[in-house]
Amino acid sequence: MTTNAGSVTFQNVRKSFGSFTAIHDLSLTVEPGTLVTLLGPSGCGKTTTLRMLAGLEHPTSGRILIGGKDVTMLPANERDVSMVFQSYALFPHMNSLDNVAYGLESSGLPRRQARQKAEHGLELVGLAGMGGRLPAELSGGQQQRVAVARALVLEPQVLLLDEPLSNLDARLRRRVRTEIRELQQRLQFTAVYVTHDQDEALAVSDQIIVMKDGEIAQQGSPRELYEAPASPFIADFIGEANVVPCEVIDVSGNEATVSIEGLQHIVPARGARPGRNQLAVRPSAITLEPAETAAFPGRISHAAYLGDHIEYEAETSGGTLFIVDPSVDRPLAPGTRVAIGLKNRGIAIIAQ
Amino acid sequence: MNNRNRRLDVVLALGLAAMVLVPWYRIEKGFYAFSWLSDFPGEPEVAPGFLQIFLHGRIWLIAVLFAFGLAFAARLTVDPMLRGKMLAIAGGFGVTFLALQGLAIGMTGFTWTISEKMFGPLADGQPSMGAGAVLSAICFVLMFSLGLAERGVMRGDAFVVATISMLVFLVAVFVFYPIGSMFIGAFQDFNGSVNFDGFSRNIVDPSIWSFDCVIGGARCGVAWRTLFLAIMTAAGSTTLGLAFALVATRTRFPFKKGLRLLTILPIITPPFVIGLALTLLFGRAGIVTEGLSSVFGIEPNRWLYGLTGIWIAQVLSFTPISFLVLIGVVEGVSPSMEEASQTLRADRWRTFWRISLPLMKPGLANAFLIGFIESMADFGNPLVLGGSHGVLSTEIFFAVVGSQNDPARAAVLAMILLGFTLSAFLAQRIWLSGKNFATVTGKGDSGAHIALPRPLSIGLHMIVIPWMIFTLVVYGMILFGGFVKTWGLDNSLTLAHYAKAFSITFRDGSLVWTGVAWNSFWTTMEIALIAAPLTAAVGLATAYVIVRQKFAGRELFEFALMMSFAIPGTVIGISYIMAFNLPPLEMTGTALILIACFVFRNMPVGVRGGIAAMSQLDKSLDEASMTLRATSFRTARKIILPLLRPATTAALVYSFVRAITSISAVVFLVSAQYNMATSYIVGLVENGEYGVAIAYSSMLIVVMITVITGFQLLVGERRLRRENRVSGLAKPILPVLSEEKTA
Repeated sequence: MTTNAGSVTFQNVRKSFGSFTAIHDLSLTVEPGTLVTLLGPSGCGKTTTLRMLAGLEHPTSGRILIGGKDVTMLPANERDVSMVFQSYALFPHMNSLDNVAYGLESSGLPRRQARQKAEHGLELVGLAGMGGRLPAELSGGQQQRVAVARALVLEPQVLLLDEPLSNLDARLRRRVRTEIRELQQRLQFTAVYVTHDQDEALAVSDQIIVMKDGEIAQQGSPRELYEAPASPFIADFIGEANVVPCEVIDVSGNEATVSIEGLQHIVPARGARPGRNQLAVRPSAITLEPAETAAFPGRISHAAYLGDHIEYEAETSGGTLFIVDPSVDRPLAPGTRVAIGLKNRGIAIIAQ
Repeated sequence: MNNRNRRLDVVLALGLAAMVLVPWYRIEKGFYAFSWLSDFPGEPEVAPGFLQIFLHGRIWLIAVLFAFGLAFAARLTVDPMLRGKMLAIAGGFGVTFLALQGLAIGMTGFTWTISEKMFGPLADGQPSMGAGAVLSAICFVLMFSLGLAERGVMRGDAFVVATISMLVFLVAVFVFYPIGSMFIGAFQDFNGSVNFDGFSRNIVDPSIWSFDCVIGGARCGVAWRTLFLAIMTAAGSTTLGLAFALVATRTRFPFKKGLRLLTILPIITPPFVIGLALTLLFGRAGIVTEGLSSVFGIEPNRWLYGLTGIWIAQVLSFTPISFLVLIGVVEGVSPSMEEASQTLRADRWRTFWRISLPLMKPGLANAFLIGFIESMADFGNPLVLGGSHGVLSTEIFFAVVGSQNDPARAAVLAMILLGFTLSAFLAQRIWLSGKNFATVTGKGDSGAHIALPRPLSIGLHMIVIPWMIFTLVVYGMILFGGFVKTWGLDNSLTLAHYAKAFSITFRDGSLVWTGVAWNSFWTTMEIALIAAPLTAAVGLATAYVIVRQKFAGRELFEFALMMSFAIPGTVIGISYIMAFNLPPLEMTGTALILIACFVFRNMPVGVRGGIAAMSQLDKSLDEASMTLRATSFRTARKIILPLLRPATTAALVYSFVRAITSISAVVFLVSAQYNMATSYIVGLVENGEYGVAIAYSSMLIVVMITVITGFQLLVGERRLRRENRVSGLAKPILPVLSEEKTA
């Protein structure tokens, strides 16, 4: 299978449904050969963005380019993209081979050639010999792979994936997402991937675009988003975080000294200036020691044992903190007074 | 762009053919006789549109030429927006002009005084539209759609725009134009001039509106009697239907299968048959009447002939329909609601009255509406049993065919009838809005319906069992009646009626259909077979457009279609003869008018079935097909149509059977050449030939049972194989899917 990776550009795209505006002035670029994830809570506009890229919705204003070509007003069947649907949308009355061959035949390929390519496509996703089965006779994971093969055999400039794992159970989800990523890296196609699951996004993406209320909240590599969240929303959405107020006391070079409720700590500066600020503290970056008095005191209000770790909630003067503690051999009962400490990693100043 | 040019070229070529190759006007002997070929193109009667303009003085048709010219200019235009605009204008103007000139210029010149004043009198009029004019109209509709599509309407999808435009065009021509003509007909004289006398005389006619019966006089006007009858019938059939539905689903009644069989009875029974059977039982010479008079000495009288008799016949006829509707409603009440009620300390009685029954209310209203409309529209039973106590539908018929021959009166009566049914329809719509208690959700709903309170259950059985026996007796009479020589006078058995209707003889080595019924029988079969696929096609296309496409006026379109369900057949019949008897469109006496009538009369059922089936198909299937490079036409053909196969089958069977059994509209539209079975039977009844009429009716019932069982066997087999193959993978799509596989 040859690759045909194209870029994607949105220029000031706006989409309204009646009086409701789903997308406000969206501009973004996807480099050829990369996998970009649109991530966000439901209703953030990520699926609308994907559907506009597919040609299933047309923008109210703005331009969409695929591979440098303006496709804004082109209908779905004339665009060089293909899509894996959340529900897979496999045609239930056709067997897997016919499903995969459908797009090729629609493009005008002779039946024999289309079927040959389709068989090759099934091989690619590890379903060689399963062409005769109806979708209902395949497992969920296999259905999903047929859907991927059906989209891939068209050798589109861009492959679109709309929450492709949401109908799989948790175990399978991990395996399939690895497979999709491997396939993408092997064939080097451009992919735009929509999900609301941040784990999934972190695992598969070259770039993540986090959306909120029809706008881009932050864009960057998984590491950038996790380590340098641009807002409390990002900090909490990507990998959960306690957002605590802090005072930046001093900045020297790449390091900043901050004070949280009197507890001093050194974190990467990221251009922060002295003054009031906010800190994203990952639940696993907090340590708890039983103590009657402390620099940063707290009181356990809730504890839940989860096998390999214990989840705590602690009341402090900086608000309620959520803590993940791996030391399961030393459980702390609710009501215990503790000293809150911070580890070196997992704490970031939220850029303003 | 090439694709766009190609399809425009096809339309332009069609338009050229319409102007040059076929006669513009209607051919008296029929287009398909092709006798016009010998005179073509010279004679004025058969000349094509192009020659009509320049040689035969139909100078106004030059506007049509102009519209085609504009479309041709658009073909040469490069700018897509301008090109689209030109095409849309050419098409819109063309079709509007065709309609206007057709209506304005009749056989002898202008029909409208205003146009005569504006343009001066015409030397010569024009006959009805023929092949050329009709083809041009279609071309204009297509041009209009192509133009809109090129301007990006419906995401530039020409197939979808064309489908919508064609449907709107067809519905306008075959539903709204006739109804409109009927309204105008009420204000016209025979010669077509405007005259309010007929209308004003009839609208205040005491025989329609009198309240005499209330103040102790003889009887009320026909409008009130019809209304009263409809309410009584609706109440009766809804109550009985609910009783049947409850017994079938909530009790341990042993003959549930038999009950379900009842539901197909009304579909296969020609509407007057129940009335016929009742006369055999309770008429003056009926079995029961005679028995009572010989045993108890009760004098035979004519109590059956009148509202009571019609009411009994209608309740018998329509109870199965309401049962069919209500069985879904009763099963649709979520068991968990009833279980919740029981855990909240309510006993069965309270649960039934406070929870189950209120949840069924919308369904009951629907069943009531159907009973009401069916009763209003019923023509066969009142004709057989009405005697001198007519109802609106029969009065309309006699106003046209009888000695009165007063089309204005027929139109006024039809308007009153339409007024009643549409008000009922609208009232139900308004009452139901915001009252949707659909309790069938996507979630699995475990639990079982609770049993009925015991006294209620006993009461229901006491209603249902006798009524079931009564129904069986009535249908038994229908099958048996054909074998009795002369009912009441000579009860010996005979095959003479069947022989008279269906005899076949061999003469000179060839088969001769000598029976009197064969002619109408084969006509019926032919027309039903032609109408059925068209009905299914129009119905499913409409459903596709309504469910899958968003366009301005979609809700209005859907509402208008559903409303046409509330138009009684008699009204359709009268409006069709008023609309299609004179130019611009003349179809009376042809098979075409019967086919058009069936297609647009039965279409709403196809639409409903299609909507129900299509709503279950995930929209992402269409979208997947679109992202896989398929056009919407290919999507409809390859994905949607195969998945809708069960709905298609149902629509086909339904429209086939309805074309055979319907009478109310047909009776106005048949001709000597194209007589339908039902109207032939009604003729037999009017001549007192009950034996042959009943023999013919039972034959029809047998034919339709054969057709339906044939289809059911096919479908049933598939279902069995599905369960063997993929049991446990229950998804809504599955029944459809496995049918595909075994097909």
